[in-house]
Amino acid sequence: MSLELFLLPAAALFCIGLFGALTQQSIVMLMMGLELMLGGVILAAAAVWHYIAPATSEGQVLVVVAVTAMALEMAIGFAVVTALFRSREIDMTDMAAELKE
Amino acid sequence: MDVAVFWVLAVLGIVSGAMVFRFDSMARATFSLLASLLCVGGLVVLLGLDYLGIVIVLMMTIEMAIMAVFMVMYMMNPAGLMPMTMMHNKKGAAVVCGLVFALLAAGIVLAPWPGRRGRAPADPTMDLGMSLMGPQMLTMMTLGMALFATIVATVVLATRRGRYDRLGDDLRATRADDPVRGGVGR
Repeated sequence: MSLELFLLPAAALFCIGLFGALTQQSIVMLMMGLELMLGGVILAAAAVWHYIAPATSEGQVLVVVAVTAMALEMAIGFAVVTALFRSREIDMTDMAAELKE
Repeated sequence: MDVAVFWVLAVLGIVSGAMVFRFDSMARATFSLLASLLCVGGLVVLLGLDYLGIVIVLMMTIEMAIMAVFMVMYMMNPAGLMPMTMMHNKKGAAVVCGLVFALLAAGIVLAPWPGRRGRAPADPTMDLGMSLMGPQMLTMMTLGMALFATIVATVVLATRRGRYDRLGDDLRATRADDPVRGGVGR
């Protein structure tokens, strides 16, 4: 196994997540896409730690930062969905585009 | 053995990641995402980061359980009884994602990656802990503050009644206007 072999699935996960984030109309599904993208980032960071610089701990710290970003994204995302639903009764990105007009 | 585990986890992770956006049922989509992220956790364990891999597995399990509840709350078709698509600009997004993947894959294959420098410590978890409590303390503090700010922000965003509802627009009301009276002296 090699670094490239681990980075390719990471890139695939990132791109699938990007597809979801770009296409999904439901805000909750859009967040699932973002989670997949961050999953790819976590895998890539762990692979880089293992195959390039295992003696230092910066790669591990990067994984911790990505995992934290995932948790924050979920919490804030659900809070925004709740706030949007309270004020407008909407759960779709297309209906929340009033600032654009 | 490791190679077989790698291929199983990698293929399963990518397939279940792709199925997230193919399932009609929201519960199935959530558990498909859970399967994909569990595979990521497994791959991280395979890379020698046992602690972080287990943290990812535990965190994702709980996160997806919460996500399933929100899915049922906010989606119009939680059980997937009627087939429906909720997508926009599918073609454009597919082109963008294909291009991004081609670019990333080309970079991954063509980049002159540096060789492995040094050896992994006997206990990477200890190494991570010493690092977070030592030279990476600033990172740890920033993460802590970000988590605290998130707690405050989520409560502020999700609460129905704020302080202006309770104490008036100028916050000068003598008594808080609560639907249920209570508390000390109220």
